[in-house]
Amino acid sequence: MRDVAIIGIGQTPVGEHWNTSLRHLALEASLNALHDANVEKVDGIYVGNMLSGELTGQSHLGALVADFLGMSGVEALKIEAACASGSAALRVGVMAIASGMNDLALVTGVEKMTDTSGQATTAGLAMAADAEYEVSQGVSFVALNALLMQRYMYEHGWQRQDFANFVVNAHRNGRHNPYAMFHMQVTPESYANCATISDPVGLFDASPVCDGAAAVVLAPLEYARTLSPAPIKIKASAIATAPMAVHDREDPLALEAARLSAQRAYAMAKVGPEDLDFFELHDAFTIMSALSLEAAGFAERGKGVQLALDGEIALDGRIPITTMGGLKSRGHPVGATGIYQIVEAVLQLRGLAGENQIANARLGMTQNIGGSGATIITHILEALV
Amino acid sequence: MESTIALDWRLKAQRYRLEGEECPHCKHKIFPPRDICPACKQPAREPYRLSGRGEVYSYSVLTTPPAGFEKYTPYTVALVKLEEGPMVTAQLTDVAPEDVKIGMPVEMVTRKMRAQGPEGTILYGYKFRPTMLG
Repeated sequence: MRDVAIIGIGQTPVGEHWNTSLRHLALEASLNALHDANVEKVDGIYVGNMLSGELTGQSHLGALVADFLGMSGVEALKIEAACASGSAALRVGVMAIASGMNDLALVTGVEKMTDTSGQATTAGLAMAADAEYEVSQGVSFVALNALLMQRYMYEHGWQRQDFANFVVNAHRNGRHNPYAMFHMQVTPESYANCATISDPVGLFDASPVCDGAAAVVLAPLEYARTLSPAPIKIKASAIATAPMAVHDREDPLALEAARLSAQRAYAMAKVGPEDLDFFELHDAFTIMSALSLEAAGFAERGKGVQLALDGEIALDGRIPITTMGGLKSRGHPVGATGIYQIVEAVLQLRGLAGENQIANARLGMTQNIGGSGATIITHILEALV
Repeated sequence: MESTIALDWRLKAQRYRLEGEECPHCKHKIFPPRDICPACKQPAREPYRLSGRGEVYSYSVLTTPPAGFEKYTPYTVALVKLEEGPMVTAQLTDVAPEDVKIGMPVEMVTRKMRAQGPEGTILYGYKFRPTMLG
């Protein structure tokens, strides 16, 4: 197997892109990444997307993106793993390069969620859950997270307000990210007073519905230095699954696929959680931040919230998270999110994160969660000295 | 997504009778049916009707519902841990949201789930209410 490096990144601002279609979002991010990598053509295009068929009536994104990039003829696929589709596409790109079957790959995550009504989009997102035994009962995706948050608070004695700093921290970091959807600040008071969606989950516990695209270009590490002045090594790429429905998991609060994929990634990279300079986790809901920190080895069971309360998740804390705003402030265009996380990690490792730069960042981890935790994908990236 | 007549017909044993499976190898009780025992991974296709008795593992009151459930808002959804072991996702009924507690004993009842428009099918299924019989 060959080592794989990222030689180019690109992204669009996250937001409500009324004037830009799905394909043009994908093109903008892809062209930015190709330009950054200084390449014009690749051997394979891997598009991460969850809901293009359901929300825009457009499937078959591999061929579409290849066509509109002027690369018809190349290998191109759409990869779907619910909200983890972006990272799943990256994983496929990594396999293509590592195996030697391709030499240059473009991985683009894209999602267009604002063409449809809020309820249609909500119904689309619910497709990440078990259609026959969860969604049919009137459970929204928000409600699944509410069930987890309620039980977590009950078992470990936390109050909803104890989760506030996950949100305050994300918005503080998002303010300096020009690509973030929200630049406004959230205070503990505004978190306390926001509208309830599905008790105990309030509006500020949840990430927003939005549009966006992000892309990276991959190459074998051995050639990467000749192509790019600042290649970033993909030190680990690991996927794990857990039972589809929350009710079918032996311990619903354990986020077993996060633990498994993090353990696999640590083993592959020969590092542990203590070696990481930052962790781009999947804060689709505040409860997911707590569960991810626990499953990835940064906190004991039931103690993930303590890291937020103690400020350990801030840019200068023990384990900075959501350093460019996370899903909460940058936004969560679902199939693109995994690639936004990677793009932001690359910015940190290149030393180009601006106001949000973590001093001497060498090693970063991203984790992308599909559904309520049935697919979880972890990547570890390393800056080359 | 709207359900279809064929889908609703297929799931009638589960929705009306809470019919799952029992593993012939390790006696593990399974719901919903999955034909492979999650405990011992052996084939498991013996139908088994669950008692419908259990307790609330977690719950949430929905104020912003998914499409198709608007007119039932607010309603309470729960994870119910059945006494035979499996957990199910279901709505609670016959109980005010503020009276729901984790650990509360509940039992299955058959209730209307939703009507798919004035001309469409009316769907029935399982909900859970506070236990009335000892």
